[in-house]
Amino acid sequence: MGSITLEHVNKSFGEVEIIPDISLEIEDGEFVVFVGPSGCGKSTLLRLIAGLEDTTSGHIKLDGEDVTGAPPARRGLAMVFQSYALYPHMSVRDNIAFPLKMAKMPQAEIDKKVEYAARTLNLGSYLDRRPRALSGGQRQRVAIGRAIVREPKAFLFDEPLSNLDAALRVNMRLEITELHQQLKTTMIYVTHDQVEAMTMADRIVVLNAGNVEQFGSPLELYKRPANRFVAGFIGSPKMNFVDGPEAEKHNAHSIGVRPEHFTLSTTAGAGQWAGTVNVAEQLGSDTFLHVEVEGLGLMTVRTDGEQTFRHGDKVYLTPDANRIYRFDAAGLALQD
Amino acid sequence: MARNASVQTKVGFTVLAWTVALLLFSPILWTIVTAFKTEAEAIATPPTFLPLTFTLDNFGDVQDRSDYIKHAWNSILVSVGSTLLGLVIAIPAAWSMAFAPTKRTKDILMWMLSTKMMPAVGVLIPIYLIFRDLRLLDTVHGLTIIMTLINLPIIIWMLYTYFKEIPVDILEAARMDGAELWNEIVHVLVPMAIPGIASTLLLNVILAWNEAFWTITLTSGRAGTLTAFISSFSSPQGLFLAKLSAASLLAIAPILLLGWFSQKQLVRGLTFGAVK
Ligand SMILES: Nc1ncnc2c1ncn2[C@@H]1O[C@H](COP(=O)(O)OP(=O)(O)OP(=O)(O)O)[C@@H](O)[C@H]1O
Ligand SMILES: [Mg+2]
Repeated sequence: MGSITLEHVNKSFGEVEIIPDISLEIEDGEFVVFVGPSGCGKSTLLRLIAGLEDTTSGHIKLDGEDVTGAPPARRGLAMVFQSYALYPHMSVRDNIAFPLKMAKMPQAEIDKKVEYAARTLNLGSYLDRRPRALSGGQRQRVAIGRAIVREPKAFLFDEPLSNLDAALRVNMRLEITELHQQLKTTMIYVTHDQVEAMTMADRIVVLNAGNVEQFGSPLELYKRPANRFVAGFIGSPKMNFVDGPEAEKHNAHSIGVRPEHFTLSTTAGAGQWAGTVNVAEQLGSDTFLHVEVEGLGLMTVRTDGEQTFRHGDKVYLTPDANRIYRFDAAGLALQD
Repeated sequence: MARNASVQTKVGFTVLAWTVALLLFSPILWTIVTAFKTEAEAIATPPTFLPLTFTLDNFGDVQDRSDYIKHAWNSILVSVGSTLLGLVIAIPAAWSMAFAPTKRTKDILMWMLSTKMMPAVGVLIPIYLIFRDLRLLDTVHGLTIIMTLINLPIIIWMLYTYFKEIPVDILEAARMDGAELWNEIVHVLVPMAIPGIASTLLLNVILAWNEAFWTITLTSGRAGTLTAFISSFSSPQGLFLAKLSAASLLAIAPILLLGWFSQKQLVRGLTFGAVK
């Protein structure tokens, strides 16, 4: 079991309030991602749950039991750090065995569990090496192995993949998702990469300046962002925003259109907005056009990779009428 | 280019370096040589360099008169004992300063260091009176306690510097893995800080071994260490240079050997933070 409840959690470092007031309910077995810009308090929130930081006020509950004052060792959670944080003076085997040793498990049982974890994570041939003799990806696997052997109530990941190269990152992303499907244990995963958030999460917590902007499934956030911040943060490339008279036509303070929600034409007049291609980023499968739209500014448009565009090409854009997001003056989403 | 310095310059610097080194070493060399002379030859004018009559009698006399073995044993007990006791106190102290600092941590460190700037005689009277009233005068355990207290600031400072180099993530990982404070220190912090702890230990054994002020003032016969042993030979009953030299040689030999064998470790430990 591993449900996690935060009740009015507040955290200040000295005079500086980092997390004003957060309440969250994370259900047993969920994969929850904390996402948000750098410095918004993702790691701090995770560390509060871990017990590595003390809450200034508020309560944290695990399976309904209040653990607010409990030290990390008593919470039964496992954490995977960005820096891997392996014990450099121990072999891979001893690293993975360490939490079991702390739990005073009999040696025979420890050996069995270490072997099993090593097999699951393909670490068999490294078991007697020191961490310093491993590559980044292997180290991360050891860190995950060390986390899973103990069968914790929940896993906490703090940007575990950000030190890996792009290809390995995609691989490990899949492995962690598979691991979750296999173990069905609650996982909380911190990242500032919204692709990781969208692809891995059951539900995403979008944080901004220590506040929860929205908590929902990836598609919910994509389709019904609660406000301009979430709308701009979720989705890649970013949503385009338009203020002023063009927004007023839609009875809104500002409107947003995602790059993938445009119809594009090169025929003069065959579109609502006229513009000039500034930069065309050709990825093969897609092309991202950065279009200078007359009177509205720079917009990103996504189109298939079939047609080639050049700097200075004239294009005509029509936003998909059903997929225009409307926001009020405070940035909150307006419902239709 | 500086690297292609002419042969003359190289020779010049080599000679200079050797001269300085020999000058610095000459008193010790003189002591070593004198220890093997007869008393008469030791004060002969003009002095001889190498002993004309090589003798080991001085060492026997010294042992007979002042019991070298007993003093050496006291020195070992006090220097090793005070260092180990110091480490037991300093490891948790340095842990808290390095990994759970508060606003005042830097001030406390400075304050501890400032106690080393005070001349020892400044607290001679109070310490002496306390020792007298607690019946600690001329006891090995009393001396061990005072030596621990004297070196504690240095032990804490050194350990603090080493601990600062250890990534706090790794200690946090241990906490997440279910390690209580004791296990975190014993299984993770200490093994990772072994080079630093070893250097601290060596340096403090050496400092405690060589400490003369408190060992001489707080002991008389029973608990005297080797520094007290040497000083007993420079008493006004008559200056026996050869015996004094033999005593000094006996007193410094163990620590010189320790320093010699551990110099790699010492240098590595003392430059630990600088090189990383
Ligand atoms: N121990 C601390 N003392 C004081 N301020 C801190 C401390 N730890 C974090 N902060 C501050 O709290 C804020 C949030 O930090 P946190 O590490 O949680 O951000 P983050 O969302 O994880 O960012 P990133 O994506 O860069 O990792 C930052 O402004 C940071 O400077
Ligand atoms: Mg962070």
